[in-house]
Amino acid sequence: MTLTARIVKRVSPSFSIDVDFRASGGITILFGASGSGKSTILRCIAGLMTPDAGRITLDDTVLYDHDARVNAPPRHRRVGMVFQHLALFPHLTVAANIDYGLSGVPAAERDRRRTETAGMFGIDGFLDRKPDRLSGGERQRVALARTLVTEPSLLLLDEPLTALDFDIQSRIIDDLRRWNQQRRIPVLYVTHSHREVYALGEQVVVVGHGRVLATGVPHAVLEHPTHPLVASLAGFENLLPGQVLARDEVGGTMHVRVGTSGPELEVPIADVPGGSWVTIGIRAGDILIASEPPHGLSALNIIEASLTASRREGPTIVAEMVTATGTRLVVHVTPRAFERLGLHSGGRVWLAVKTYSCRVARNDTIRGELS
Amino acid sequence: MDWQAFGLSIRLAATVSAILLVLAVPLAYWLSVTRFRGRFLVESVVSLPLVLPPTVLGFYVLVALGARSPLGRWWTQWTGHGLAFTFEGLVIASLLYSLPFAVQPLAAAFAQLDPTLRDASAVLGASPWRTFLRITMPLSLEGFLAALVLTFAHTIGEFGIVLMVGGNLPGITRTVSIAIYDDVQALRYDEARATAFVLLLLSFLLLAAVYGIRRRPWAASPLA
Repeated sequence: MTLTARIVKRVSPSFSIDVDFRASGGITILFGASGSGKSTILRCIAGLMTPDAGRITLDDTVLYDHDARVNAPPRHRRVGMVFQHLALFPHLTVAANIDYGLSGVPAAERDRRRTETAGMFGIDGFLDRKPDRLSGGERQRVALARTLVTEPSLLLLDEPLTALDFDIQSRIIDDLRRWNQQRRIPVLYVTHSHREVYALGEQVVVVGHGRVLATGVPHAVLEHPTHPLVASLAGFENLLPGQVLARDEVGGTMHVRVGTSGPELEVPIADVPGGSWVTIGIRAGDILIASEPPHGLSALNIIEASLTASRREGPTIVAEMVTATGTRLVVHVTPRAFERLGLHSGGRVWLAVKTYSCRVARNDTIRGELS
Repeated sequence: MDWQAFGLSIRLAATVSAILLVLAVPLAYWLSVTRFRGRFLVESVVSLPLVLPPTVLGFYVLVALGARSPLGRWWTQWTGHGLAFTFEGLVIASLLYSLPFAVQPLAAAFAQLDPTLRDASAVLGASPWRTFLRITMPLSLEGFLAALVLTFAHTIGEFGIVLMVGGNLPGITRTVSIAIYDDVQALRYDEARATAFVLLLLSFLLLAAVYGIRRRPWAASPLA
């Protein structure tokens, strides 16, 4: 099974969606910030919303084709959808919720499928309960079972697991993977958390401002972002706009001036002409802090800065730095290292960044994106 | 006490409630889901009987039912008698007069329902009609009950429009509120007192039923 979707939809005068992507068997993550249009895309595929133009197919079945005037109603699409807030029917028991999508199925077959799916998702213990007497994780499982029992040809998941803790989340995903092992239907999983992308996805489609920014396997897309928006979604805490000063084709590096007067960085070479503007992405955990000017270090990028603020976030200390020219950087350090260095607000530090810790994203990937 | 008038009032109220429930459901549902820009105009028309003096409404209905109007002519051809000053005429007038009391609670109940429940039903293969029967209606029972009771109570209590359209014919159009008026005019205060008290008690009990049931609201959504 392969989903092919080309969707054009004007959501408001200032926001429109124009995407084109494919998803084959297995989990494909639809990844983007909230408000990027992910949910609208899902609703168009499910048939709950009609695009302005485009074409949506599932193998040879045409679900929507603007030019051919095809627009199958949701009930004929064989598309399963689990909503962000699950939308379990509050007046029906778990069993009745699961049976809801099996109305045309003979009673014996219906009982068999309900029992099988309930067993698979571990909800057979409370089939006679109403949804308001279930825990968050149990509700997720019921919502998933209610959808999968109908044997859809495509599954759409709209951030259904975001509210759960990671343990429960990954167990539910394991169940889903097991369910899908033989079937190999495309599963489109919407999320805005980059952790989920790594944990769940075989493929990722990154969406920003209603456009597809990147597609591929999660590691390749997120570790080497080619677009500033992808870099920020991928958890690069430091995104520094800068201008390419010089390219060294032989050494495989190039020099970039941060801002108009900020520090100069050596970064991996990218396919951009000298003089053009790029965005450098650096993870906060990839920056070293020294309390005096370092020497004898392989890292070539040494930036002098001072500490402006620090706060604790879980096991790490998030330190905010600013250079003399006003460039701001976020650095993650362990509490022990923070103490050992005797860091304090206003104190002078030197930040070391390896060339290969810098990711280069082109600013012109999409017109007018980051102006 | 005028038991004939009581019986007539209850017959009228029951007829009107039954018909209105059928008419008001699609109208209320449409009002709660439509994106039609002129919705406010439809809402205003439906709510007119709330603010219009019953005599004004009664006057227009009387004209519309009269022998010179197309409706009145058609009715006379079909049944052999006119609509004004008949029970059927009263039913038509009461339908208009009580319309907002049926539509408003229903529309409110439909509108407060989480729309993704309807989406989920559609994606699970249900037709719009099945979605209405299995999801929208059971989750709006409170609205149905309120609509039924309010329509019934309001129809029993109407006066001005009945007088305009139905007149005062015992057993045909003489409802209980007209009977009270008659008794007072004829200085039969004991009769009026008894009838008025029964009407007061009935209204109170009906309202108590509505509010009593409302105290235990449906859990419309487990996440709400």
